[in-house]
Amino acid sequence: MAATTPGSGGGGSDLYRGNAPRLMLPTWLMIGVFLLLPVLLMGVYSFLTKEFRGGVIWSPTLAAYDQFFLNRGLFGDEPPSIEWTYLGIFWRSIWQAGSATLLCFVVGFPTAWFIATRAPQHRTVWLFLVTIPYWVNLLIRTVSMKFLIRDEGPLNAFLLWSGVIDQPLGLINTNVAVLLGLFYSYLPFMVLPIYAAVERYDFALSEAAADLYADSWTTLRLVILPAVRPGIIAGAILVFVPSLGAFLAPDLLGGAKAFMIGSLIEEQFKGAAGNWPFGAAVAMILMTIVMGVLLIYARAQTRAQAREGA
Amino acid sequence: MSGSDVAINIDKVVKRYGSFTALHGVSLDIRADEFFTLLGPSGCGKTTLLRSIAGFEAVNEGAIRLYGEDIAALPPHKRPVNTVFQHYALFPHMTVLENVMFGTLRLGWSRQESEQRARQVLALVQLSDFLKRKPGQLSGGQQQRVALARALAPRPKVLLLDEPLSALDLKLRQAVRGELKQLQRETGIAFVFVTHDQEEALTMSDRIAVMSDGRVQQTGTPREIYEAPLNRFVAGFIGETNLIEVEVLEMRGGRATVRLPGGQDLTCPAAPGARLGAGHVSLRPERVSLCPPGSGDIRAQVENQVYLGTDIQLLTRLPDGEPMVVRVQNSDADNLPGLGAAVGLKLEADAARLLAD
Repeated sequence: MAATTPGSGGGGSDLYRGNAPRLMLPTWLMIGVFLLLPVLLMGVYSFLTKEFRGGVIWSPTLAAYDQFFLNRGLFGDEPPSIEWTYLGIFWRSIWQAGSATLLCFVVGFPTAWFIATRAPQHRTVWLFLVTIPYWVNLLIRTVSMKFLIRDEGPLNAFLLWSGVIDQPLGLINTNVAVLLGLFYSYLPFMVLPIYAAVERYDFALSEAAADLYADSWTTLRLVILPAVRPGIIAGAILVFVPSLGAFLAPDLLGGAKAFMIGSLIEEQFKGAAGNWPFGAAVAMILMTIVMGVLLIYARAQTRAQAREGA
Repeated sequence: MSGSDVAINIDKVVKRYGSFTALHGVSLDIRADEFFTLLGPSGCGKTTLLRSIAGFEAVNEGAIRLYGEDIAALPPHKRPVNTVFQHYALFPHMTVLENVMFGTLRLGWSRQESEQRARQVLALVQLSDFLKRKPGQLSGGQQQRVALARALAPRPKVLLLDEPLSALDLKLRQAVRGELKQLQRETGIAFVFVTHDQEEALTMSDRIAVMSDGRVQQTGTPREIYEAPLNRFVAGFIGETNLIEVEVLEMRGGRATVRLPGGQDLTCPAAPGARLGAGHVSLRPERVSLCPPGSGDIRAQVENQVYLGTDIQLLTRLPDGEPMVVRVQNSDADNLPGLGAAVGLKLEADAARLLAD
C-alpha cells in the first residue's frame, strides 16, 4: 500500500489522517488472526506428512497433492496417470453449486423485484420475512428439508393426494435433493444484493425503453438486467462460493452418490481415518479456483468501469 | 385549421389518482408543425398530460388522437411518439451510439440503417465525436443532446419534452433554447414541451397552453398569452402584473368601462367572459409611466424603489392603499421622484385589460 502523502486520497481530515495507522489496528488484527493465519496454516499443513490418527508430522512432502492429481495404482507402484476421482468430485460440486446459483437467481430475482417495488414502508417487512428462516440453525433447516421431501413427507403426500404423481418422487439421496437443500440454504444471499440493486434502479430507464418501442421482455433483457448486474453478480458469488464448499446438504440429503468437495474435506479432518494434509490440500485447491474466478471477475469489472468513466 | 393539420387532438381527457383528479377534461389541439408548450406551476397536470400522450399514464376518460387515430389505449411501445426525459434516462451501460440506435433497432431496422440514422441525428446535435463514450463520461449538456438524438432517431410523429432544460445551468439553458427551436424547424414535426419556466415558454413556443389545477386556463401565442391574458391566473403567472380590483360599469364590443379604486373611470379591452360588477384589470408595470402630480390617469405615492439593472422598479400606492408596481428604464434614473413623492401615473393606450375572473 502506498504511503499517504498530503493532498492524496479523497476523504479524511488531518485530524484523522495522523491516527490512521492506530485506528486501522483492529482491522489488521482481524484480517491477520482470522483470515491470513488460518490460510497460512492450511497451506503449510497441505505440505506436511499425515499422522494416522489425525494431525500431522512436521516433515515436508508433496504427497497430498500427488494423491489429489495422480493415480499410482492401489499399492503406489504403477506409473502415474491422472487421478479422476477428486477432479470428478470437483466437477460435480461446481455443477451442483452452479445449478443452485441458477435456481436461486430464477426464484430470487422476481422475489427481489417484488420487494423493491413495494411501498417503502412495506419493504422492510418483506425483507424481514425472507430472513426469518435464518434464525434457525443451518443443520436444523437441512434436516427439516429432508423431512419435507422424503417419500413419506408432506411434499410427496400432497402431490399424491392431488393426483399429480402416483408414486413418491424418491428425491432423497439424489442430486435434486442436494440442489433443493442448497437453494433453501442460500436463497436470501441472492435476494438481498439484487434487492439493493433494484432499489437503486432508475425506473425512468424502463419508461425510456418502452418509449423507444421495447416490449417488457426486451426491456428486461437489454436494460434492467444490465443495470442491476452488479447485484446479480454479488448474489451469484454469495450463493456459489458457500454452495461449492457445503457439506451439510450433500451429507444429509444426497447420500453417497452426491458427494461434494465440502464432504471430502470434512471427511479428512473428522474421525480417526482422516488425512489432514490431504484435506488441507483439497481446501487450498478449492480456494485457488474460487479466488481465480473472483479475480478474473474483478479485473473485468474494473475494466468495464474504466470504460464507463464511473 | 383543417383536420390534417392537427398532430395531437386531446379530447376531454380525465385522469384521476384515487380521489385526486389530475386532469379535469382537458381538450387541446396541437398542430403538426408547431412548438407547443404546456406551461404551469408544479402540480398543474402538465407532466401528467405529457405522460398520457407518451402512454406512461392511462387516462380514465377521453381520447388522445395522433393524426386522427385514438392512441389512448395503446401501450407506450406501440405509440409513434418519443420522449426526452427530464433527467434524460440514458442507458448507462450503452455507448452514445448504442443509446441512439436503441429505438430504430426495436422498430426492426437493420443494424446498418439504424447506425446510419444514429450518426445522422448525432451530427445534427453536434455529438459526432462522442459515439463511443458512455453517458457517464459526458457533461449534462451533452447528455441532454444524446437524449434528444435518441428520441429523434426513430422519426417520431411528435416529440415530447419533459422539462429537458431544468437540469442545465442558466447559461447553457439559454443557448439550448435557440438550438431546440432550430431543431424543431429543421425536423418539421410537432414538439410538445413541458416547463414551469415562463421565460422558456415565451422565447421558444409557437403556442402555449397555460395550465393550473388540471385545467387549461388559456391557449395562444406567447404574445396573446402575455398581452391578452384571460384571467387572473394567467396574468399573474406570465410575467409581472398589477391586478387591480375594479367595478365594471359597462361592456360593449369587447371593451369595458371600469371604475378604478381612486374613483376615475377607464375604458379598456375586456377578455371574453368578463362580466359587469366586481372584476379585476391587469396592468403590466412596463406599460405605466410616471408624470407630474396632478396629471396622468391615476394619482399615486412612491413608496420604494428597487434597482434591477436595465430597469428600475417603483413600488407605489394608490390613494385607497392598493399597491401598484411601475417599471421605468434605467436611462430615466436621474429624474426619478424621491420616496414619498406624489406622482401621476399615465397608462399607455389599452395598457389595462379587464379579466374574465
